[in-house]
Amino acid sequence: MVKFDDVWLKYQHHGHAAAAAPDVLRGVSFEIPGGGFRWLTGPSGAGKTSLLKLIYLAEHPSRGRIDIFGTHAAKISRRDAALLRRRIGVVYQDFRLLPHLSAYDNVALPMRLARRNESQIHADVTEILRWVGLSGRLEALPDELSGGEQQRVAIARAVVGRPKLLVADEPTGNLDDEQAERLMTLITALNRLGTTVVVATHNQALVARYPAARLEMANGRLTSHG
Amino acid sequence: MAKRTDSLGLHSVLADWMLPVLVAAMSFLAALAVAGTLASTMLAAQWQNNTTSALTIQVPHPDAPDAANDGNRLGAVQTALQTMPGVTNPQLLSTDAVNHLLAPWLGTDVAQLNLPLPAVITATWTGPGSPDAIAAPLDKLAPGTLAQSGSQWASRVTALTGSLQTCAAAVLVIVALVAAALVALATRAGLAQRREAIEIIHALGALDADIANRFAARATFLTVTGAAAGALLALPVVFWLATLAAPFAGPAASPTAHGLPSLPPALWTALPTLPLVAAIIGWGSAQITVRGWLRRLV
Repeated sequence: MVKFDDVWLKYQHHGHAAAAAPDVLRGVSFEIPGGGFRWLTGPSGAGKTSLLKLIYLAEHPSRGRIDIFGTHAAKISRRDAALLRRRIGVVYQDFRLLPHLSAYDNVALPMRLARRNESQIHADVTEILRWVGLSGRLEALPDELSGGEQQRVAIARAVVGRPKLLVADEPTGNLDDEQAERLMTLITALNRLGTTVVVATHNQALVARYPAARLEMANGRLTSHG
Repeated sequence: MAKRTDSLGLHSVLADWMLPVLVAAMSFLAALAVAGTLASTMLAAQWQNNTTSALTIQVPHPDAPDAANDGNRLGAVQTALQTMPGVTNPQLLSTDAVNHLLAPWLGTDVAQLNLPLPAVITATWTGPGSPDAIAAPLDKLAPGTLAQSGSQWASRVTALTGSLQTCAAAVLVIVALVAAALVALATRAGLAQRREAIEIIHALGALDADIANRFAARATFLTVTGAAAGALLALPVVFWLATLAAPFAGPAASPTAHGLPSLPPALWTALPTLPLVAAIIGWGSAQITVRGWLRRLV
């Protein structure tokens, strides 16, 4: 499902020589089978978010090979990459909601991009927003929502299309314990239905409550796998 | 739940008033260029027809005896012209008419100068081929007689028309390029303003075409609106210019039933195509700009 083979990453910014940029990931190799669940842990700056970006095809590695859904990521066309992204649900650390769209429309966006019909969208979006406790806030804009509510909208958007791969970056960071539990119930339920899950977190208590294999990172390297 | 068709918020992003206003100005110029081209073509055709068929015969020393000593030279030339095939309606210009023609160069007191002015006969050439062939027989009857046709003027009118059409085509090309550049600039501004939103929907699996089509549809709407307004605003100016040009256009420019000068029929086809051309420019320029910009995203 997800396979990294000696993957390196350095960000190349305009005006900076590529050689001078530091490697944020160094020789990362691992494999997550279909339906697997992995915690991604490590201190801040360890490279967790960069690794997640490579998984959800937001970056190209500077070296090494990545296979997603059995496809060599570097070999696919832009169109096929976009179609692959539709099968990946992503919960961003900073939510990344569209500020001019309501909670409902934000969650509906991936389904509309996939050209689902409106009746199916309505059923799925209202159901998932009810699940995350936002059935009364469908028309609220992101600015009108609290941080926790925004995070729940972001989670709903990530899972509404029943993705084959779910990638979450600190998904419980702004949630209270009850909401965090509800979220983990949802994620584990998706995982049981076959969705491959990678969750980056600092929350060791959460990791302890939901035991699963770990990808542990430090200084851009994978220090523990399994 | 109402579906939001514009999830990028493009309605407020592409500067709504600026692009159509600038495109309207471009369309206004294009309409004038098209009208100028068609009018010059029509006038040139009219003038060519008139000048090509016009004959001017100058008979020096008109009262002197002709070559056969049967009468004076003017009479001999007039008689010959009456019977020459292809020559119709020969008319001797009066002394006053000749003096009037020469007034710009010799002043109004030409008669008092006692100059040996030639007699001038105008006629219309309706025969086949070139009217130059009549010069030689007239010269035999009255040595020094000159027969000039309008063909040399016609070729100059043709050259002038060609130059005007080339200039108009250059104006149209420049206007189209400027319009494309305006759309590209507006689109880039919109992309910069909505960068984060675009990155989000790109990450959610939007195709480049999904994003480019949204920008292109908005740019097309704005350019069509601007071009239609510009073409409409150009109409009164075109009518005003047509009124000024009417005396030179002959019967082709006779007023319509509403008192307005008639315009070249092709103009009524060309003006509605301006919004269509603007649509193509708007769509194409926005597509190229957005797709080029999206290349920076992985």
